[in-house]
Amino acid sequence: MTQLRTPVNSNDHIWGNENAPLELLKYGDYECPYCGRAYPIVKDIIKQMGNNLKFVFRNFPLSNVHPHAVSAAVATEAAALQGKFWEMHDIIFENQKTLEVEHLFLFAHKVGLDLERFRNDIQDPALTDKVEKDFYGGLRSGVNRTPTFFINGQKFDGDWSGDNLLNYLQNVLAELSTSPTDTPQ
Amino acid sequence: MIATGTLAPDFELYSTLDQQLRLSELRGKKVILAFYPANWSPVCDDQMNLYNEMGKYFARHNAQLIGISVDSKWSHLAFCEHNKFHFPLLADFEPKGEVARLYEVYNDKTGECQRALYVLDEDGIIRWSYLSPVGINPGADGILNALEELDNVKSTNQ
Repeated sequence: MTQLRTPVNSNDHIWGNENAPLELLKYGDYECPYCGRAYPIVKDIIKQMGNNLKFVFRNFPLSNVHPHAVSAAVATEAAALQGKFWEMHDIIFENQKTLEVEHLFLFAHKVGLDLERFRNDIQDPALTDKVEKDFYGGLRSGVNRTPTFFINGQKFDGDWSGDNLLNYLQNVLAELSTSPTDTPQ
Repeated sequence: MIATGTLAPDFELYSTLDQQLRLSELRGKKVILAFYPANWSPVCDDQMNLYNEMGKYFARHNAQLIGISVDSKWSHLAFCEHNKFHFPLLADFEPKGEVARLYEVYNDKTGECQRALYVLDEDGIIRWSYLSPVGINPGADGILNALEELDNVKSTNQ
């Protein structure tokens, strides 16, 4: 139950070096306060690990406890259609307490989206489908809360707060570089 | 826990302030029994909030989820309303833990249910079970696997 069942693929949002030895995948919910806390931690990890890390974000909105989580996720998918997924992802996490529709439009404007196109795209059922597919794939991979991290396809059950996740990743990287035969393709 | 292949013991518990639910009323549907230690505790919150997102997926398998703990119906009412649960929570409250004992998942030391899952088929036969360490949210993958397997077996027998 601890393996990532859907490998990272071309439908995913990928940040950084696609051929990096380390792949950090986060299942997240834009309205979840823990995900909000993890956001700057991941930003810092991306900075520190540089070319050694590929970061992937997948949606795991808990819509009953977080009523704005799905529409926020759809907004990021709509932004992705205009090549601005990460800009939208970031501005939403930086403002996760204000996620009413009018805020989403304000964010869309701030990151420079074509608002008319954004307005149309967020109503496209294909985007909601994509969010649901992310969610279901997460369920099947044993995601049981947010954020849940996978490192090179293995579920990370440790403590991600503070420097813990960064230290963990640095250790994994050190191990990979001392045993080159285990390096993933 | 009770062995798979066994008929799940019947019981009747409060599901709302004035209504009781009898397990055998759910024949014809698969049933997921989720025993959990306590309302408002952190892991239970996570686990039940996760299951609350899964109504659609359970319905696809003709399955009904039921949560069971030793909390009273009043506590369940507040917990349900707070989290907007779309599935019933049963109060194994009086005599305390009787149903949990029947299903061999009562923890005598803490006076709470263990964190345990049973999946029953349409005839009320136990087809899958799982006892999770109390501090660990078992997630939903095991349940979905069990439901899928039941549907696959049925379609190959037809």
